[in-house]
Amino acid sequence: MKIGILALQGGVIEHIHAAREAARNLDIGCEIIEVRTKKHLEGLDGLIIPGGESTVLQKLCQREGIFEEIKKVPAIFGTCAGAIFIAKKINNRESEQKTLELMDIEVDRNGYGRQNESFEQDLDTTLGKIHAIFIRAPRIKSIGSGVKIIAKNKNEIVACEEHVGKNFYLVTCFHPELSTSKFHEYFLNFLR
Amino acid sequence: MLKGGVIMDVTNADQARIAEKAGAVAVMALERVPADIRAQGGVARMSDPLMIKEIQKTVTIPVMAKCRIGHFVEAQVLQALEIDYIDESEVLTPADEQFHVDKSKFTTPFVCGARNLGEALRRINEGAAMVRTKGEPGTGNIVEAIRHIRAINSEIDALKSTDVSVKAKEYRVPVDLIKQVAKLGRLPVVNFAAGGIATPADAALCMQLGVDGVFVGSGIFKSADPAKRAKAIVDATAHFNDASKIAKASEGLGDAMKGLEISSMPEDQRMAKRGV
Repeated sequence: MKIGILALQGGVIEHIHAAREAARNLDIGCEIIEVRTKKHLEGLDGLIIPGGESTVLQKLCQREGIFEEIKKVPAIFGTCAGAIFIAKKINNRESEQKTLELMDIEVDRNGYGRQNESFEQDLDTTLGKIHAIFIRAPRIKSIGSGVKIIAKNKNEIVACEEHVGKNFYLVTCFHPELSTSKFHEYFLNFLR
Repeated sequence: MLKGGVIMDVTNADQARIAEKAGAVAVMALERVPADIRAQGGVARMSDPLMIKEIQKTVTIPVMAKCRIGHFVEAQVLQALEIDYIDESEVLTPADEQFHVDKSKFTTPFVCGARNLGEALRRINEGAAMVRTKGEPGTGNIVEAIRHIRAINSEIDALKSTDVSVKAKEYRVPVDLIKQVAKLGRLPVVNFAAGGIATPADAALCMQLGVDGVFVGSGIFKSADPAKRAKAIVDATAHFNDASKIAKASEGLGDAMKGLEISSMPEDQRMAKRGV
């Protein structure tokens, strides 16, 4: 199995560690590629888009000519800014901001406010109990009928998944890579 | 998440917009860039809240601002303005020669400058969520930032073969913090480069030496073509291991800021010595 991690900006190394741990726990061979150029996208089974600044991820992907190419990857797991990056609709966007428009969710950028509104929370998810770390997090405002909820914090959806034909999309508003490998295991397990 | 990104000094809403368009992960709102503070002299203080608010209204990326070393009321004001990060900065004139701000009392994260591991760990122990090298601000000369990156790297390396309790005493921080750094082989918070970065290659040099991202102060808006240079520094930071991409980013940028030779600079004009 070959997994890419978009490595132009953001929490890349944490995702590499979490993906390695997930592969170990599942006992599967998994090659992990840091994706910076078109050729790094070749033959990927899945791509992880880390937290970072969504506007920066977009600009760097467009400058590198991989913005459209990423859409061809059959499975994408986006955390925090990564969730914004694959959403069909976003609010509070920068004037020229675009997303990949792959997953049927509507997301408010900086939905919880500024940096000092960051918080941590124990959550019950369909994947088990986890400790979730939210950093200047996006807020999922609404989801399409085909999207399945994985976790809620109070009444708000904070993790969900969608199957679109053969494609699979998974997002979290928080940073699972900082506290658990459960989401990475779920992602890898689907690709197995 | 700022890692792998470029944070740019801006002095008004127009510059903030240029920075965001170029791909900055955050902007630092300040009244004068370090080169001007250096040239004009006088006491440098926290920026006008009105200017900070205008910048906050203009961009969607995080906005940072500076308070003077030890000036916890300026820090309170910045927190009240809902600034995303407070930089307790040696670029401004220090307010307290003995104490830094007790950052653990704030909910807003702090970034602080450091020349070596001792300074970095004292700031982290005071509650800093992020460290940056001091470099020598406003000079366009990378030499001091490189000295500070290398000092922190080699001092972390040396922890492997030294008595942690001796180091804890020397650095005036708890033993547990030293043990944590020795185990991680790096600082427990992100460490950015700052002070003197003027070119795409400067930014990539710092990244290859292991920092988590870069601050660019005077280097952008004191150059001939700020928009182009800002974008080039972002591109070189993202592709810091790819020399052909750094070469492409470096093409036709016009003049970099003129810069200063630090070895001929009088000791009392060096900002990096402030706040140890």
